[in-house]
Amino acid sequence: MRMSIREAINLTLDEEMARDERVVILGEDVASDQGGVYGITAGLPEKYGVERVIDTPITESAIIGAAGGAALTGLRPVAELMFVDFLGVCLDQLLNQIAKFRYMFGGQARTPVVIRTMIGAGTGTGPQHSQILYPLLAAIPGIKVVVPSNAADAKGLLAEAIRQDDPVVFCEHKALYMDECDVPEGEFLIPFGQARTVVEGTDITVVAISRMVIFAEQAAKQLASEGISVEVIDPRTISPLDEGAILTSVAKTGRLVVVDEANPICSMASEIASIAAERGFDYLDAPIKKVTAPHTPVPATPCLEAHYVPSVDNIVTAIKATLDY
Amino acid sequence: MEYTKEELVKAYRLMKSIREFEERMRSEYQQGKLPGFIHIYRNQEAIAVGACLDMNNGDYIASTHRGHGHCIAKGCDLDGMMLELACKQDGFCNGKGGSMHIADMSKGMLGANAIVGGGPPIAAGAALTAKTLKNRGVSMAFIGDGASDQGTVAEALNLAVVLKLPMIFMYENNFYAEFTRNPKPEGQIAARAGSFGMPSVVVDGSDFFAVHAACREAIERGRDGGGPTAIEAVSARYYGHFEGDAQAYRDNEEMKRQRIEGDPIPRFLADPRASALDEELINTIDAQIQADLDHAVEQALAADDPTPDKLYTDVYINYEGELR
Repeated sequence: MRMSIREAINLTLDEEMARDERVVILGEDVASDQGGVYGITAGLPEKYGVERVIDTPITESAIIGAAGGAALTGLRPVAELMFVDFLGVCLDQLLNQIAKFRYMFGGQARTPVVIRTMIGAGTGTGPQHSQILYPLLAAIPGIKVVVPSNAADAKGLLAEAIRQDDPVVFCEHKALYMDECDVPEGEFLIPFGQARTVVEGTDITVVAISRMVIFAEQAAKQLASEGISVEVIDPRTISPLDEGAILTSVAKTGRLVVVDEANPICSMASEIASIAAERGFDYLDAPIKKVTAPHTPVPATPCLEAHYVPSVDNIVTAIKATLDY
Repeated sequence: MEYTKEELVKAYRLMKSIREFEERMRSEYQQGKLPGFIHIYRNQEAIAVGACLDMNNGDYIASTHRGHGHCIAKGCDLDGMMLELACKQDGFCNGKGGSMHIADMSKGMLGANAIVGGGPPIAAGAALTAKTLKNRGVSMAFIGDGASDQGTVAEALNLAVVLKLPMIFMYENNFYAEFTRNPKPEGQIAARAGSFGMPSVVVDGSDFFAVHAACREAIERGRDGGGPTAIEAVSARYYGHFEGDAQAYRDNEEMKRQRIEGDPIPRFLADPRASALDEELINTIDAQIQADLDHAVEQALAADDPTPDKLYTDVYINYEGELR
């Protein structure tokens, strides 16, 4: 069935709530008439009641902490952190509490919590509503981080996230919500740690994350007309990361470009490049190239934001430079 | 309120167990046999025991860095605790938690917490579980006077009121936030909590009977769907912030007085409501506690450390990738 990412997430929440009554949603505006900023939870309070679709005050530490505490004691909460930027006011509950429960309690804890959050630039929302921040999350042992780039993956990965017994952060790129594709109906789970080959190719590997998958695919199409065969890999989850799929592709093509909307220092691009350099050095015929946002905040003005976000042109240029090495 | 002999024995045994457990810990710690930081609870024992006496394993507590008393009051086993404080493989947390992160999920003890103010949002979540499952469970967060200033505590207070959670905010005003005298007058912490829209009360934290009565009411209110309660129990810390703290910031004369006047155990025994506990019974309980502690310490010190491979276990239930 053809649907947008927004619709796929709504459908998956609906299906998982119907399947398991321990699944509850909590967050700001989630039970409002419009179902939050982008209508993700629309219709769910009517169907499952406000006892399971729980509107909270604007109180991110309490939302995330309570979701963790509820998960620890038998519910399967899906908490909404409206924008990932709001990690700034609640990181302790994720970093020092939820992520560490199982380890610091010697395996006694089970914390099946999902934190859904909006990431990314491209909508003119400026420095405090546009960041990526998932590299920060992927660096924390004890949580998993999911970055779907299309509606089908969003459905399969969210269902898997909700059924996981480990804490998961589910990163939804706000510029992708209306993107449509065919989505399998009924039970559909995508295991974590399994990359998707978006485009098969032989000349160069492009690993791209979240919205950058769409741009990388466009770059690959553009270059195909010039006779360049680009392989595009979407890791889909960055913790765990399907290192095998990346290395296998690099072994085939001998060249690697990594595209990541994050700031460059300690980005996923850095991480993936370091994995390829450390474990795939013998396969490489050229230096690895990273295409990332600059080491700046996200500007509000669309004219600067357009330069902030890596573009299809940036990716094409990086691919050509790598091939010309 | 009338107390059965069984209740009195339990209250005394728990308070005295906390006292003796920690004194034994201090001694082992001073000999270098226990790692890390330890924070001693002495003279606050009546708070933990009064607070937890009416709770069962299906009720939850979120504790603090000063958490040994909360563990014992919630029913945690002394052997398992001592093993954990010695950071041994067979401790509650396989040695990965230690004193500041000790937890026992089977007893509803959701962890000590080395982040001041870290526990109340988690306790609110446990209360949300009880409310959602309609199982008449309650959840209690222990909060020091220092933690009472953290934003997380205010957020948890507000959420508990908005969602009408079966939760108790158990403030322990021990007069000192680390090395700084709490400047707030007694009762201000409770008043602040009350301003969020929940009943709040101030009690003498060295009076077991006062703490217990306030907690019984709060727990019943929570079980009956009446929402959260805040209790400020006041009792000065006997020792410093952590073991080894020289307490140069404390007035010596005042401290001497607080140590005597604030001791909850003689006060409990002198109360007419505890008259069913005669000297012989007390001696028997005391002897049993010492024997239990001898066993716990001996076992903990002789126990195995975790093997190096345990560094990698229990990070996740299942990680679909390699942990390096």
